[in-house]
Formats: sequence, structure tokens, C-alpha cells
Amino acid sequence: MSQRQVVQVFEQYQKARTQFVQMVAELVTRPQNIETLQNAGVMSLLRPLLLDVVPTIQQTAALALGRLANYNDDLAEAVVKGDILPQLVYSLAEQNRFYKKAAAFVLRAVAKHSPQLAQAIVDCGALDTLVICLEDFDPGVKEAVAWALGYIARHNAELSQAVVDAGAVPLLVLCIQEPEIALKRIAASALSDISKHSPELAQTVVDAGAIAHLAQMILNPDAKLKRQVLSALSQVAKHSVDLAEMVVEAEIFPVVLTCLKDKDEYVKKNACTLIREIAKHTPELSQLIVNTGGVAAVIDCIGSCKGNIRLPGIMMLGYVAAHSENLAMAVIISKGVAQLSICLSEETEDHIKAAAAWALGQIGRHTPEHARAVAVTNTLPVLLSLYMSTESSEDLQEKSKKAIKTILQKCTYLPALEPFLYDAPPNILKHVVGQFSKVLPHDSKARRLFVTSGGLKKVQEIKAEPGSLLQEYINSINNCYPEEIVRYYSPGYSDTLLQRVDSYQPIIN
Amino acid sequence: MATLARLQARSTFIGHQYYFRNSVVDVFRKKEHDAAVKIQSWFRGCQIRSYIRYLQRIVVVIQKWWRGYLARKHYQLIVKLAYYTMKMNIYNAMAVRIQRRWRGYRIRKYCFNYFYLKEYLRAVSETNDTIREALEEFADMKEREEKKAELEREEKKRDYQARKMHYLLSTKQIPGIYNSPFRKEPDPWELRLQKAKPLTHRRYQVKPTRSVQLSSWLACTSARSFPRSEFLPPIDRKPCQGPFRDIAEVLKQRYKPLEPTLRSEEPINELKAAREDLRRQEWTKNIHDNMFLPFSSYHKNKTYIPSMHSSSKYGPNSLGRQCFRDENPKKWICDKDFQTVLPAFDLFSKYGKLYSKAGQIL
Repeated sequence: MSQRQVVQVFEQYQKARTQFVQMVAELVTRPQNIETLQNAGVMSLLRPLLLDVVPTIQQTAALALGRLANYNDDLAEAVVKGDILPQLVYSLAEQNRFYKKAAAFVLRAVAKHSPQLAQAIVDCGALDTLVICLEDFDPGVKEAVAWALGYIARHNAELSQAVVDAGAVPLLVLCIQEPEIALKRIAASALSDISKHSPELAQTVVDAGAIAHLAQMILNPDAKLKRQVLSALSQVAKHSVDLAEMVVEAEIFPVVLTCLKDKDEYVKKNACTLIREIAKHTPELSQLIVNTGGVAAVIDCIGSCKGNIRLPGIMMLGYVAAHSENLAMAVIISKGVAQLSICLSEETEDHIKAAAAWALGQIGRHTPEHARAVAVTNTLPVLLSLYMSTESSEDLQEKSKKAIKTILQKCTYLPALEPFLYDAPPNILKHVVGQFSKVLPHDSKARRLFVTSGGLKKVQEIKAEPGSLLQEYINSINNCYPEEIVRYYSPGYSDTLLQRVDSYQPIIN
Repeated sequence: MATLARLQARSTFIGHQYYFRNSVVDVFRKKEHDAAVKIQSWFRGCQIRSYIRYLQRIVVVIQKWWRGYLARKHYQLIVKLAYYTMKMNIYNAMAVRIQRRWRGYRIRKYCFNYFYLKEYLRAVSETNDTIREALEEFADMKEREEKKAELEREEKKRDYQARKMHYLLSTKQIPGIYNSPFRKEPDPWELRLQKAKPLTHRRYQVKPTRSVQLSSWLACTSARSFPRSEFLPPIDRKPCQGPFRDIAEVLKQRYKPLEPTLRSEEPINELKAAREDLRRQEWTKNIHDNMFLPFSSYHKNKTYIPSMHSSSKYGPNSLGRQCFRDENPKKWICDKDFQTVLPAFDLFSKYGKLYSKAGQIL
């Protein structure tokens, strides 16, 4: 055998390995192949190939492993149990950028499934290596690494803290400033994942100076980047007043409103979420949003979309209105009530309806003026029907009941109250009658109208327990009228009259 | 003396007289005495009573004055107090009146200024309108930009199409398909074709070798940037000349899947194969039965159970394996270990390196 023939054997072997790994990496992309591959024991075959002498084979093996681990958590667990992670981590520091990317992909795919798997990655010391790779020159590597870090941090506060302790935040902030859109996107999402768990973590992100850079990118034309940026800002702002003020101080305000007009639905949703997270903290911040016209923009945004995208906007209106009566009035004059009542009637999902009911309750609970504004849009019957409906969820029933109660307790707009006398359950009827008993003694026109519209008759028909609050209200309504009228409208009065006719002795002269 | 004698003569008489008179008086003596006592007691009683009355009158006067004095003093105090409270009440009422006015004024002026509130709400609605307008404008602008870009893309595509279909241009002799002689005007495509420059023949480009260039280096963003070797043969193979069947047909015939009969489709050893399959599945899926736990702390909880041999307190006997020495250290002559006397056998240590080429690396 000549030397050439010997070499040929090796060449063949190498070619076969390459082809095998490449084919496996291709096959794994289809979900229907996974079962077969798993049954064929692909995991145990790929593991030695990670240590292959040829870099291409290593990388492609890592890629295939990553795709496998990406598929479901059982496979990810198998990767962890197969002791593959230490190898990956070790070679992550040593190898070239392609391998780094592939290794980061595997780590990401494993980490994404559950906190335990992410913890396993942290335990094998991957974080330090990943953070070192974040300083790499290649944007692709940085992107993959930032992605992996984001997936690790996403699960809970401890993992997030581990990522922060490894020193990832300043480097991620640097990554945001890179020119590549994809890298920016993923770094912003990683920052969002880190800061979402606790105020301290958000504070570390703020301390690294992320807010200024994030705020600059709101006007970026790329929709996906905008999504991540807005979500990161809202995750920072949600924790405390100070953080929210920091976000506001980055002069996001008139700019963010343009995102509410964006084509992309999720950009809209995240922008609404950001505004909501800022508005919920203090009346001053809400006032600021109102003054910049944020409420009108949000209301328009609610009008322009459907379903879950609306939810943060609806909640934002509720939060703003809850702070003070002036702010609630601002929501009313921005035509927020009409929009909310549209949401209430046309949405199909219960939780959105519940949010709209809650927001309406917050708007209407301040003064009679507010309650009137809510009542004239004819929302109260809708709320009542939601409360009475058996199909509504418990939360929706609870929220609509509370909204009805708070609005009714302030409402002096009698035409809206009147229908409630006929079809409200006793626990709500109490409040309605109470409102009548407060208004009628002082308003002669209303007294007259109350009789002619049949309200008085209905009140006489109500069965109240003697001594209860309801009975007291009924008595005070009755006291507004002459006794004959009250008696005339009492049920059974005609019978007594007839009885009197029967028992009357005609005077015959 | 005569007198004396007269007197003496009269003394018996006097004695009688005395006795007689005394007895007369004695009859009334008691009565008189009682009367005298009565008179005296009455008189004295009157006297004392009048005296007491006098004293009482005096006492009343004194008490009247004293009590009047005290009462006047007390009354003065009460009046003063009442006056004071009345004064304070009036003051408070006045203060409340002032405060009411002032607070109302201040609140209305600075906090709940109705006009200010109106103004504010008006301003808010104005801001809302402007913002709505601005946003509308912004959205319009975006829309327009989008549309423009879309149009440009379309135009470019059509230009390319025109260049590609340039051969459809009508010539002097033959009208092209877009220039029907039965129509009054040529199709707009005709004009476009006239303007377009025909595509040059595509030359086969020599692909650069798989060396990593800076441009591709920076652009590697997805999994596509992983290096692969080209393993697919070139597709555009020339068809063979001759009366041969279509190559696709031949290939289809050749790689047609086997269609076994129903009987042979079910293998004989199906049960066995299924069992085998099940076992294999179990082997691949079920890595071990324990619940998955984080790795770092799991092993710490396990207690180390030493094996029975190594836990024996007597220990293994090292005699004859480590050194040839007596077990009892008291019998040793020196404390040092034995030294190796003979040198290593040179020849054997180079075994496999000198004589044979078996281990040689190519």
C-alpha cells in the first residue's frame, strides 16, 4: 500500500463525517424528522463529533445539537445530561467565531426551555465565557451571545442577577450602539429580559446608561427593533417612580406617540405598554402624558386595532383616570369614554372587557359630572348585562359590578338610572334607589318626571325588608310626594278601592 | 328703863304677835314665792329672748352683707367669664368667616379654579387635536413613503422585465406582439421595450473560493453563514444525444419504491421488531428515571458510601506489592526506602520507537 492509499482512507473518513454531520443538521430542521433521528441515537453520535479535529465538523455538529435542543425540552435536557455543556463552554473561549456562534446557539436553545435548564448552563460556568465573547469583534457572535444571555435572564430574578453579576449589562449597552440592526434588536431584548424582574436589576440597566441609547432608537424605521426598544423601556419604567421618571427624562414623550401610529401591531402594543407603565406611578407623570396629548393618541390607537393589542391602552386610560378628577376629566374630553364603551361592546375576550369595565369605573367614580359623562354613552346597561350574564368570567363580573356601583354612587343623571329600576338585581337596585332618594327632594321637575315615567310605581313594587337601607331610601322617596299619589301607585290599591265600592252603602233619599 | 320695862312687858306680846303674824304670812309665803319665781322667770325669759332676738337680727345682717358680698364677687366672675366666652365665640365666628372667604378664594384661585380648569381642559383638547393631526400627518407621510418605495420597486421590476423581453420588440418588417396592426395604438409595453436596453448574455461567473472575505465576514448574521462544502452536482447537465428516454423518466423508474404484496408487507417478525423498537425508544428517551435536578447542588446531597473492602480498618496488605520489606517497622535497620540499584533498561524504553514503523504518524 502506498502512502497515497493510506491518506485516501482518512480522506474518505473525513468526508463521510462531514457529510453525516451536514445531513443531520439539515434533517433536524424539519420537525417530522426529529423522532426518527432521536430513535437513531443521534445525540450520542453527535457528541464525539463536537471534539472532532476538523473545525467545520465541530461547528456543524454544534449547530445540529442546537437545533435538536431547540426542538423541545426533553432533547434540551438530554443535551444537558449528556455532559455536552462543559465541552461547549470550554471551546467557546478557544475556537473561531463560527464555532462560537454555534455554541452560543446551543446554549440559547437549551436555556430557553425552563429555569432549571438555564440554571444548568449557569452552573457549568457558561456566563463568564459568554460575557467574554460579548466583547468579540464579530457582530454575529455578539448577537448569538446576547441572545443566549437574554434567554438565560428571561426566566427568573436569580438567573437574571447571575447574568448581571457576570458583567453583561455594560457590554449589552455597547451592543445597542453597534450599527447592525439585528444585534441592536437582540441586545435590547436581552436588556428587557434582564430588567423585567426587579427594581434593582432595572436600576443596574439604568446605571449602565441604557436609557439614553434606547430612547434614541424609538424613531428607527425597523419595526422589530422598535418593538424590543419599547419593551425594554417599559420593563425599566414599570418598577418604581424614580425609574419611570428616568425614562421620561430621556425625552421620549412626543416621539413615542408616533409609534402608536405604526403599521406593526406589536409596536403599537409595546408603545401603549410603555405609556401605561409610566402613567401608573403618579398623578404628575399622568399629567405629563395628558399634557403632551398622549391620551388622545392612545385613544386613537385603541380605535385602530383589535384584540389584545388594545389591552395596555385600555389599562392606561384607567390608570390615568384613577389618579384625580381632573385627569379623569381630561380622559373624558379626549373622547375616551366613547372609545372604551366601543371596546366593551365589540371585544369578545373577557379579560379585555374586564379591563374596559374597570377603566370606565375609574373614570366615572369621581364626581356626578364624570358619572354623567359615562352614563350618557349608554354604557351602564352594557355593564349590567355583562354582570348578569352567566357566560362572563368571574373577574369580569366582579369588575363590572364594581364599576356599576362606583358610577351609580355618583350618578345624578336620572334618565340613565331609570332603566335600572326595572332590570337590576337587588344589590344594585339599592344604589339606584339611593340616588333617586338623594336627587328627588331637591328637584321638582325630576319629581314630576319620575311619576309620569312610572318610576314611582316601580318603586312601590319593590319588596324591601323593613328597617333595611333600601326601605329607608324608598321611604325618603315617598316623602317627596303627597300621600294620595303614593297610595295610588301602590300595588293593590285598585282592589282596595273596589272593596270600598262593594262595602259602600248607597245613600238613598 | 321704863321703856325697857315696857318693852319687856310687850315682848311676850310681840312674841305672840310675831308668831301669829308669821303663821299668817306662812300661809301665803309659798304662793307668793312661786308667783315671784314665775314673774322673774317670765321676765328673765323675755329679757333673754329679746337679747337672742337682737343677736339674731345682728347675725342676719352680718350674714346678709357677707353673703351678698360673696355672691356679688362670684357673679362678677361669672359675668366676666360669660362675657369672655361670648367675645371669643364672636371672634371665632368672625375668624371662621374670614377664613372661609379666604380659603374659598385661595382654593378657587389656585387649586380648583373653574376658569382655569376650563382653560386647562380646553388646552388639553387642543393639544389632543394637534397631536392627532400631527400623528395623522406622520402616518400619511409614512404611507406615502411606503407607496413611493413600492412604486419604485414595481417600476424597477417592470424595467427588468422589459429588458428581458426585449426580443419582443417589433421590427420594421414584423410587428411585435405588443404592436398589433389591428389596433390603433401600440401597447404601452411596446414603448417600454423601445426604451429598454436588452440584457446582455449572462457570462458564467467564476465563483470565488470559499475563503472568508471581509464582507461576508461582517454579514454573517444567521445560520446560513456557516461554512459548508458543496456536495450537490451541477444541475444543468446536457441531455445525452440519441434515441434515449427522458432522463427523469428513467430515474423515476429506477428509484420507484417497492410495492410489496399485502402478505409480504407485514414482516414475519413484526412482534419482535416492535419490541425491539420499544426498547430502543425507551433507551433513547428515558435517560434515567430520576427527576431532572440542577446539577450543581445535586451531588452535594448524596452521602458517600464507602465500599466494604476499603472501609475495613485492617487495610490491604501492601507486602510484596510496594516493597519487599518486613511488616514490622521495629525490625527495620534504617528508615529510608530501598533504592533502585539497577538502571532502567534502555532498549525496552525505546521499544516501538526505534525498530518498528507501526506507530509512525503519516
